[in-house]
Amino acid sequence: MHSFANPTRFLRLTRALQPWAAGVALVCLAAGLYFSLFASPADYQQSETVRIMYVHVPAAWMAMFCYVAMAAGSASFLIWRHRVADLVAKATAPIGASFTFLALVTGSLWGKPMWGTWWVWDARLTSVLILFFLYLGYMALYNAFDDQARGARAASVLALVGVVNVPIIKFSVDWWNTLHQPASVVRLDGPSIHPSMLTPLLLMAVGYTAFYAWVLFLRVRTEFAAEKIRALRFRQAAVPPARELKSQEG
Amino acid sequence: MNSATALLRRELRLAFRQGGDSLLVVMFFVLVVVLFPLGVGPEPGILARIGGGVIWVAALLAAMLSMDRLFQTDYDDGSLELLVLAPAPLEVLVLAKVAAHWLTTGLPLIIVSPLLALLLNLSPSGYGVLAAALALGTPSLSLIGAIGAALTLGARRGGVLLSLLVLPLFIPALIFGVSAVDAALLDLNSRPPLLILGALLLLALALCPWAAAAAIRQATE
Repeated sequence: MHSFANPTRFLRLTRALQPWAAGVALVCLAAGLYFSLFASPADYQQSETVRIMYVHVPAAWMAMFCYVAMAAGSASFLIWRHRVADLVAKATAPIGASFTFLALVTGSLWGKPMWGTWWVWDARLTSVLILFFLYLGYMALYNAFDDQARGARAASVLALVGVVNVPIIKFSVDWWNTLHQPASVVRLDGPSIHPSMLTPLLLMAVGYTAFYAWVLFLRVRTEFAAEKIRALRFRQAAVPPARELKSQEG
Repeated sequence: MNSATALLRRELRLAFRQGGDSLLVVMFFVLVVVLFPLGVGPEPGILARIGGGVIWVAALLAAMLSMDRLFQTDYDDGSLELLVLAPAPLEVLVLAKVAAHWLTTGLPLIIVSPLLALLLNLSPSGYGVLAAALALGTPSLSLIGAIGAALTLGARRGGVLLSLLVLPLFIPALIFGVSAVDAALLDLNSRPPLLILGALLLLALALCPWAAAAAIRQATE
């Protein structure tokens, strides 16, 4: 694991994996969308509205997955001072926030015809909203300091504090009587959802995960490039460019 | 332990001599609550219905208001670095500072809360539970707020950022605090929400000093 803390090795890995992640994401999302929008049955209770679920559920999974990834990156940054881990956490935050936002919006669009309201204050919805605020707080704290290293450390501590919320989101549907339905895919006695609906759901989940990896690799490489540019600028500011020196000599 | 009590005494003495802070927080608390009858209309039924929630939200905001001064003054004059270097564990010192913060800002809120309940036409059966819920809830607020205060040390626009970070984490205490008061007003059993508030306090007491101490260490690094 620690060998990937070497930025050069990590960058080489991301460069190799990025096209694969992009390919898997595009194929799975295309197939998943086809299955979920056309080739799957409408629900006997929810009719066509059930198709929102194929966008909503993987987004909600990814919202939590991204937070755990961000917290893991923050932890390894705080413990071993791996710069790569910090950049992974930093790059994950906006992606995770977008997934959370997508889950909240699609859930609300589904809730209007099904529950008759855009929003209810039950435990699941409230805890996901807190998750969204945690993402926003992380990003705001990261950029709140003049010294970037200080922002990175403070935001990492915040990411770890927010981990408390993850089990609350997961188990909120079991601990409280929520309007939100309990888990139907990941459960001990096997999924309680019909294979014709499970296939597109899993395809979408794989597609979302690959999409996350794709964007994450892209963002981490951009961060490294930005850091390199900043270092070059500093060097340029410190030493006058060679061409000007030459012209002065001439 | 000695240094913790010494720190607690220093904080309390500072608060007493400078006055100000506790009184300001209480005045803010009272003013926010007074705004509600003017805002939603003075009808007694409505006020009695929303009173518990209004008092809790006002307590949350009042706790927020004094939070950014928890470590900031010590950070500015450098004594925070001395606390970090002190032989006593930083977690215990953080706990002492949080205790002082609660004694100077949380406790006065609890003392004036029955008066506000009176203004909001809450039925007297709720007074005791309201005070008990605040007594269990406000220490958690101070503890959670300490993390945010330590994280935003030296940040640009630290105060606004602090509320963005900390208010979402206050939500559990708010939910169970209000449901305890509501249960008492509806003659239901208010024990379960009070027990959960107590559990939240124990959890915050166990975890928050560590997180706040870690945040202070990285701020003074």
